[in-house]
Amino acid sequence: MNETITRRTAAAQAASLIAAACWAAPRGAWGAIKSGDNPEASEIWQKVRASLFDKRPIATVADDTLVLEAPTRAEDAAVVPIAIRTTLPQTAATYVAKLYLVIDNNPSPISAVFSFTPQSGRVDIETRVRVDEYTFVRAIAETSDGRLLMRTRFVKASGGCSAPPGKDPQAALAAMGRIKLRVEGDVALNKPVLAQLMVSHPNDSGMVMDQLTRQFTPRRFVRAIEVAYGGRPVLSADLDFSISENPNLRFYFVPDAPGRLTAVVVDSNESTWRSSLDVAPAG
Amino acid sequence: MPATTRRAPCRLLLAAALACSLCGAPAATTAAEEPAPLALNEVASGVYVHAGAIEDWLPRNGGDIANLGFVVGSRCVAVIDSGGTPPLGERWRATIERTTRVPICYVIDTHAHPDHVLGNAAFAGAGTRFVASAKFNAAMAAREPHFLRALARDFGISVTHEALAYPTIAVDGTHELDLGDRVLELRAWPTAHTDNDLTVYDRSTRTLFASDLLFIGHIPVVDGSLRGWLAAMKDLAAINAARVVPGHGPLGNDWPAAMQPQRDYLEALQRETRAALKAHKTLSQAVDSIGTQAASRWQLVELFHRRNVTAAYAELEWEE
Repeated sequence: MNETITRRTAAAQAASLIAAACWAAPRGAWGAIKSGDNPEASEIWQKVRASLFDKRPIATVADDTLVLEAPTRAEDAAVVPIAIRTTLPQTAATYVAKLYLVIDNNPSPISAVFSFTPQSGRVDIETRVRVDEYTFVRAIAETSDGRLLMRTRFVKASGGCSAPPGKDPQAALAAMGRIKLRVEGDVALNKPVLAQLMVSHPNDSGMVMDQLTRQFTPRRFVRAIEVAYGGRPVLSADLDFSISENPNLRFYFVPDAPGRLTAVVVDSNESTWRSSLDVAPAG
Repeated sequence: MPATTRRAPCRLLLAAALACSLCGAPAATTAAEEPAPLALNEVASGVYVHAGAIEDWLPRNGGDIANLGFVVGSRCVAVIDSGGTPPLGERWRATIERTTRVPICYVIDTHAHPDHVLGNAAFAGAGTRFVASAKFNAAMAAREPHFLRALARDFGISVTHEALAYPTIAVDGTHELDLGDRVLELRAWPTAHTDNDLTVYDRSTRTLFASDLLFIGHIPVVDGSLRGWLAAMKDLAAINAARVVPGHGPLGNDWPAAMQPQRDYLEALQRETRAALKAHKTLSQAVDSIGTQAASRWQLVELFHRRNVTAAYAELEWEE
């Protein structure tokens, strides 16, 4: 809980920072972002870093340790696919405990914090995010022994037309809470299995002002997803409205016996939806 | 409001001139009072079209990329889309006022995309009413900060909320506008290109302004629902039109045959995206592999095709 509070505070600070940058001097901010080829110099990152990791060292690593996939140019700024995976061992002795996804120039930069367990089997996760502006995107892995490893990529959002609000908000609201949970490929005992969770939810940022009423649309987004297998957690996601409408996660888990994969989805209004799937691994 | 709107255009023109001198584009105006007219084509009696460039919405073209139209009745002119920036709206209004003395009673906003409606400011004033789909205002309000930011950042034009002139006549279903001895039939569509598409049909000349429900030459852009658009095209095809003005690209004189390339592309997009989903391809894999064949005949493929695949994938993955 403590962590959640810290995260929200950091996000709020960063949000006001962004707002100031965007509206006070749009051209200057643009120039700064465009020419900002030093990801460490990002002022927002410095704030986020301090709030999440204090002064702990963060090692910049290469593809052989941590991969961050993001398009160089976002085709649709509202639906930008992001994949993060590590090649580090995921065993009881040593494993990747958390992955942080940070999008520097989004209104709420700390977009997701994923927690894993040895039973996750493999830290390899995909989701989709909104990208407001040209920005650095960062994946930071935290290992069970407390090491921090980072990858950074620069993403160009494609501009004016591709605004973050959804394509059909009415339809999105009507379908809210529908969940699809499935496994893909071979399901073998004690081997990592790929699963996908899709949640129908508008994931409203609450930052869109109705220009006619001058009221902000109520903020309502999926804030937490807990996935367990046989009652033991395999993935926990602490999410924010940087995640695209209809949050979508692809992840792994290891079935050590026939059992049930369960997902609990909670949004910022504390509405809760559940889904489950019986899994019968071969072998 | 009228008092501020009268002053606003001058400031905007100044801003535009400044923006042009900054980016090196040729100055759009010679005198602040009399902006250079836009090229115009009378496609049927009293029905005029200005063809936008088949390009992205950019400072180098002044945002002049959407097809704009107006229809002249005995009492009223109805303008169909106001242009992609406030200065372009000024030129568009001057062009219309040079062509006819009949007053502009209506500006019809066909959907909430910047290249079609950011010229509204130039038409605001007593006597002119703005008309759009009942879903337009919500869509525009949600996008407004992004549009204004893009105008400021890319075009160097600052615009206030008040200058955007939100429509006050909302069309839910169909609506008729009587221009005097001439009636326009307006129709709001279920989610297709966007969730707030509106078409305009001039009964007397059988001219259909399809706006962005029809692309010719310029690759279609999905910003609403692929399935919805394909469904809407069936109803569009049934309209008895002698000519159809697309939102982008040249006039379609053979209806509904003029829509066939768009149908081929969108159907291929749907078919191949479904196949990719069935093969458990990820979104990134789908974007990298789908429909390059079907897209290759279109202009601006590099800007919009991959984006269309993204939209199609996010929509179709919810199908059972």
